[in-house]
Amino acid sequence: MVHNRSLVYDNMDNACFPSPHLDAFPAGLRVLVVDDDLTCLRILEKMLKKCFYRVTTCCLAIEALKKLRESKGTYDIVISDVNMPDMDGFKLLEHVGLEMDLPVIMMSVDGETSRVMKGVQHGACDYLLKPIRMKEVRNIWQHVLRKRIREAREFESLEGIHLMRNGSDHTDDGNLFAVGKEMNLMKKRKDFDSKHDDQVFLDQTFIKKARVVWSVDLHQKFVKAVNQLGFDKVGPKKILDLMNVPWLTRENVASHLQKYRLYLSRLQKKNDQKSSSGGIKHSDLPSKDPGCLSFLNSFNKQQKEGAIDSFGYSDGTLKIQMDTTSHEKRRASTSDIPNPKIRKSSEIGLNQSLESAESEANHTVFDSVIPTQYSWNEVPKRPLGEELNTLVQLKDNLSHLPLNVTQQHFQNDRSLSINSNPSGYKSDYIRPVNSTVSSVDTFPSQSKSDIIFTSNLSLKTPKFNLGCASDMEIYQRNLLLGIESASTPLDEDLNLFLLQGEYYDMNFDMQNIEMSEYYDPRLIPEVPTNLYASGDYS
Amino acid sequence: MDHLHRKLRDHEAAMFQQGYLDDQFSQLQKLQDDTSPDFVIEVMTMFFDDSEKLLNNMSRALEQVPVNFKQIDAHAHQQKGSSASVGAARVKNVCGTFRNFCEAQNLEGCVRCLQQLQQEYSLLKNNLKYLFKLQQEIKTAGRSIHTRG
Repeated sequence: MVHNRSLVYDNMDNACFPSPHLDAFPAGLRVLVVDDDLTCLRILEKMLKKCFYRVTTCCLAIEALKKLRESKGTYDIVISDVNMPDMDGFKLLEHVGLEMDLPVIMMSVDGETSRVMKGVQHGACDYLLKPIRMKEVRNIWQHVLRKRIREAREFESLEGIHLMRNGSDHTDDGNLFAVGKEMNLMKKRKDFDSKHDDQVFLDQTFIKKARVVWSVDLHQKFVKAVNQLGFDKVGPKKILDLMNVPWLTRENVASHLQKYRLYLSRLQKKNDQKSSSGGIKHSDLPSKDPGCLSFLNSFNKQQKEGAIDSFGYSDGTLKIQMDTTSHEKRRASTSDIPNPKIRKSSEIGLNQSLESAESEANHTVFDSVIPTQYSWNEVPKRPLGEELNTLVQLKDNLSHLPLNVTQQHFQNDRSLSINSNPSGYKSDYIRPVNSTVSSVDTFPSQSKSDIIFTSNLSLKTPKFNLGCASDMEIYQRNLLLGIESASTPLDEDLNLFLLQGEYYDMNFDMQNIEMSEYYDPRLIPEVPTNLYASGDYS
Repeated sequence: MDHLHRKLRDHEAAMFQQGYLDDQFSQLQKLQDDTSPDFVIEVMTMFFDDSEKLLNNMSRALEQVPVNFKQIDAHAHQQKGSSASVGAARVKNVCGTFRNFCEAQNLEGCVRCLQQLQQEYSLLKNNLKYLFKLQQEIKTAGRSIHTRG
């Protein structure tokens, strides 16, 4: 990903300690901290500053999202509390993963395994227990670095795959890695990543399925088999038998099934939200591919959009916002290619419409989520006047309580420092309401982009359209079941489900050429030294 | 002014020994530096503010009919989080017990816990205020503040 940001470094707050290495990673790491507990926020801020990180604090999740969206690439990592009044921390986690693809650390005083698991499943790269200690804070940079390295490697791997699969020799400047070396890289990554449950995508599945490509035909067989069996009776073995593909393994099918279920559950959620916010008609989505397509685009990670389906995973979370610069690149490369690659052109169409729309439009799907789920009628629980009265009462109560300390030396200081910042509280609550209003207004612009899809799609593979439609209907009906059974970490490999026969094969040739443009020398794993110099983190 | 120093040291030690404060408080003390010379007082003041609000909310919530235990539990959870963050060990522990009573929807248990919480909180607050007072006296007496760690 390329960020068009010029590098400007503010003075550190710890100006008293001049350091020649201020810009050397991990110093200068840009952290966004979100916690409704102001005390905790202050403490974390101080700890982070001690590490020479650049800190921004936020006591509301909505505010945090706004900040993140305002300028992509402003932050390297997000730390968020799990329990917040305006938004569930896990929800924020998902949003951040989807839209910004930043590493997110969750924190809570509750260390119950189920909670921690939930965090991991939603894509958290770490889960810290409060009270947070200095040494834990010091180490957060590793998540940023790990992510960069992984992305760089994925990118390399994907190129290698093209080489392998195509057989042909597109040794453009981009494709520097021979297949053998590729396999080594992948193996290394497998070990490296084995700890992270939410990073299942490329490593293990890639190693196992190195030669399995879920082509349109294959996927259609899969879908057909699932339909035949009935979604609630479905199981990898049965599907495999029905599909009658000799070289396919049960494992291949199992992971594909999991992804498919997750994909559908996402689609269902999106449908629900869209219909509730009055945007795209619910009925439109199943019958038209725009639903599939926009979802496909949603789930693609920028670098992998040109990639083979099996490997277009995101790291456990959905991504809807696409990086504009990488798409500019793609646009440039594909504009004069006559081959009607629907996926590409429609992606570009989406990008263009998104880019041209207001910035809010890009987030309409997510913004629309918020009003439906969080009632803004819930006013801050502590009306100010009441607060002051009860505080006064408490003050009086306190004087009656026994003191353990040597009283002769200590005068019970009655002056409660009531440092309530009512304006702060109120204004924070007011702001989110505004943002949701504006997001709903801009929603219609998204539907325009979907219309673009429709027209593109109608040109191609009507056969697939049908398949997709019927699948959508069936699976939406049985969606809850799917969600429940797919309890393992999210693999949003939705390239898989946007299979149009010709698109896939056609894309192939194009992809190789395009990938060379994606190859960014800065993405090779000398990441640390380049991190700040180039300003591009991935 | 040596006796002031000694008083301060002893008082601080006692607070740790008796479990009012735990190592997290030491972390706060270590964070205090030239750029934020009153960091501990600043943070503890925020903690006092938050805690008092929470205590009030819990008190009010327990008076409601019917009692909303989920709501109270949420408050207790919050209180637990902030007291853990500042190293207020005894307060934190009471919060834990409080949450158990909330989960069990045991009204009597909750009421007793709240009283205990209020008590622990005020003890902590008074002790800390004394600590800060001593520090201030030493400061004004022209000596540097003795910080633990």
